[in-house]
Amino acid sequence: MTQAVREAQRSEPVVRSRSRLGRLRSLYARRAPGEPRAVGYLYVLPALAVFSLFILVPFFQSIWYSLFNWDGLTPATWVGLDNYTALFTDPSLRGPFVHALILLLFYALLPIVIGLLIAATLSRMRIRGMTFFRTVLFLPQVLAMVVVALAWRWIFAPDGLFNAGLSAVGLGGITRPWLGDFTFALPAVGIVGTWVEFGLCMVLFLAGCQRIPRELYEAARLDGAGAVREFFAVTLPELRPQIAVAATLTIVAGLRNFDLIYVTTGGGPGDATSVPAYEVYHRAFEVGQVGGAAAIGIALAILIFVVTVVVSRLIEGRR
Amino acid sequence: MSHPRRRLGALVTLALVSTSLVAAGCSAPGSSDNSPATNTGQPKASVATNPAKGGKVTLNVWDQEVRGGQNAEMTQLNKEFQEKYPNVTINRTSKSFSDLKTTLRLALSGKNPPDVVEANQGYPDMVTFVKAGQLVPLDKYAKLYGWEQRYPKTLLDLNRVSDDFQHFGEGKLYGISQMGEYITVYYNKSKLKSLGLTPPKTWSDFAAQLPKIKAKGQTPIEFGNLDKWPAIHTFGVIQAQTTGKQDVRNLVFGTGNAKWTDSATVKAAKVLQDWAQKGYFTKGANGLGYDDASKKFADGTGVYLITGTWQAAVLKKPMGKNLGLMLPPPAQAGGEPTTTGGESLAFAVTSKSQHPDVAAAYLDFITNAHADDVMTQTGNLPAVPGKAADALPADSPEGQMVAGWKDLSKVDGLVPYLDYSTPTFYDTITASLQSLIGGQTTPEQFTQTLQADYQKFHQK
Repeated sequence: MTQAVREAQRSEPVVRSRSRLGRLRSLYARRAPGEPRAVGYLYVLPALAVFSLFILVPFFQSIWYSLFNWDGLTPATWVGLDNYTALFTDPSLRGPFVHALILLLFYALLPIVIGLLIAATLSRMRIRGMTFFRTVLFLPQVLAMVVVALAWRWIFAPDGLFNAGLSAVGLGGITRPWLGDFTFALPAVGIVGTWVEFGLCMVLFLAGCQRIPRELYEAARLDGAGAVREFFAVTLPELRPQIAVAATLTIVAGLRNFDLIYVTTGGGPGDATSVPAYEVYHRAFEVGQVGGAAAIGIALAILIFVVTVVVSRLIEGRR
Repeated sequence: MSHPRRRLGALVTLALVSTSLVAAGCSAPGSSDNSPATNTGQPKASVATNPAKGGKVTLNVWDQEVRGGQNAEMTQLNKEFQEKYPNVTINRTSKSFSDLKTTLRLALSGKNPPDVVEANQGYPDMVTFVKAGQLVPLDKYAKLYGWEQRYPKTLLDLNRVSDDFQHFGEGKLYGISQMGEYITVYYNKSKLKSLGLTPPKTWSDFAAQLPKIKAKGQTPIEFGNLDKWPAIHTFGVIQAQTTGKQDVRNLVFGTGNAKWTDSATVKAAKVLQDWAQKGYFTKGANGLGYDDASKKFADGTGVYLITGTWQAAVLKKPMGKNLGLMLPPPAQAGGEPTTTGGESLAFAVTSKSQHPDVAAAYLDFITNAHADDVMTQTGNLPAVPGKAADALPADSPEGQMVAGWKDLSKVDGLVPYLDYSTPTFYDTITASLQSLIGGQTTPEQFTQTLQADYQKFHQK
């Protein structure tokens, strides 16, 4: 006899009393055993309340603000969708989104490729002190982004470590103030992102590799597959779920990238490295264009949402 | 058939969304808080200048004086004020400049803002606060305490906002500043001597020294512009020489017919780009941090460093007597010097403060002659140097700093910070200066970009 049925029997007298509570109870007593009970909503209510207070309310508030021209203090003027059309027409607003998409190459694509290569190599051979290397390679992910950014600011300085290293190997000709160079500032910031993210991808893929059945590799080897063939025929398809997770995490991290830009370049030189998240902060708190900042924020949220859905459909094959 | 569970789920979602929408407020943002100022700032005769008669009062003060000497000066003055008026308690909140800038806006629009705040001059901050009716005009207090006699007009004017809220630099007074600051030319005394040079007496002497220093394998001017804003000061100093002070003021405050594309400003841009291309600045200046450049200068690389007097204390620590300061040399020897500069953030009284008279008395206390001496003793540059400043040794960095400030005040030689020009000018000029220094744009294109921003704002 299930718990539900037992309870239903116990509640019989209350039903007879015809009270409202009793009717409600009898309603639930009739439900099939194992079916989730509506009382579950009561359990999630506290979390939902907090969620709506700190996520939903500000979210709808931002949407509302984005329809105004507002400096944060004086009465706002209604501009409808002007803030959004400006995202497409104003080059100073379009730029940050283009930069963010370019940065995705460094934040998502490169770390995944590097992570796959390392994972494939490490899973094929036994290396002494493997845990040590794994920890070291994962370390950037653990550090606070501001610390990372400050460190790289020094590394990329005109007489910093990076240029010193280039000069030492005879490449003194290509040294430059990396973060102050109009062409190379964006890739330089991107490299930092790659350095931060590839450890995460690698650890995810290594974990994924461990649950690939050995028989698949044996079968591939029996069929005469080499290391490369094996990678594309077995490792890559089997790692699909992990790749989807890594892609989602790194893409989201890349698109909402703020601290790195704030500390290293402040969007400069010129506007060469400005990104949407930085623009939101800059416009809302420094220039006093709250409406425009809210519109960028909403557009960024939509972009992240769309990209994440596309990734989970394409890579993970989820419907 | 609709499932009861799903129906309930939909209901919950609907309820959440609608409460969110209600909470988000369906009135235009900013409108609810714009009730007319509760306090017109009319001094009550009895307590106007004597806070002791005001009863028990707590003043909430927000300032940004967190650095060594500045913090020392504020702490001491607050202590003395509370000793003088035991009925007044000062509740001080001190934040760094950028923290204050990002939180002040929200604090002011709240129901219970601080009584006294330090507001940054310019369109995005002070002008916006005044426009929103959040600051009290201080003209009555200025008369009462004689600020107009004590302070140079140029300095008081920076804290004025016009009645139509379109300009600043004229109109009603909304704040008073403690300290002066100006862009100065720091030099490494022993290095200059070892190169067989003396501090230049004219601007052309200065310019002529740069290639000589470069030829001897040294960096003439240490310069780090990764943080974007330092170039405003370097360019400001050059522009003040080529354009003259009145034209720069007209440009910044939007008076007169001066244009950014005028030949004198183009010339200044050419000089800056020329110096960058000839290597008179640190190599790769756009990629070097401001603090890193200062540190390099303090460590002995670079002969000159062009930056604000706020760095004097920082540089003096490692350099000691080796640190020299001078005003950018004038066109003719002994001529009138001019440089970019201004004053520290303005202390202002909020309209919702219950004790505007006490707050104004506090403003006077932290800017009066005694306060000036306290500031000097703590290594700061008071806006109106007093007795203690006169007693500083003339060849010490502090002595040179005060002497330079007095020279500037005597000839009215300060030109305002260029980023005051329009609400978006900081972004425009910092980005364009990086392009100019990096050789991405020509001097002509640079001035056209500035003029475009300027025109857009002034046509409104």
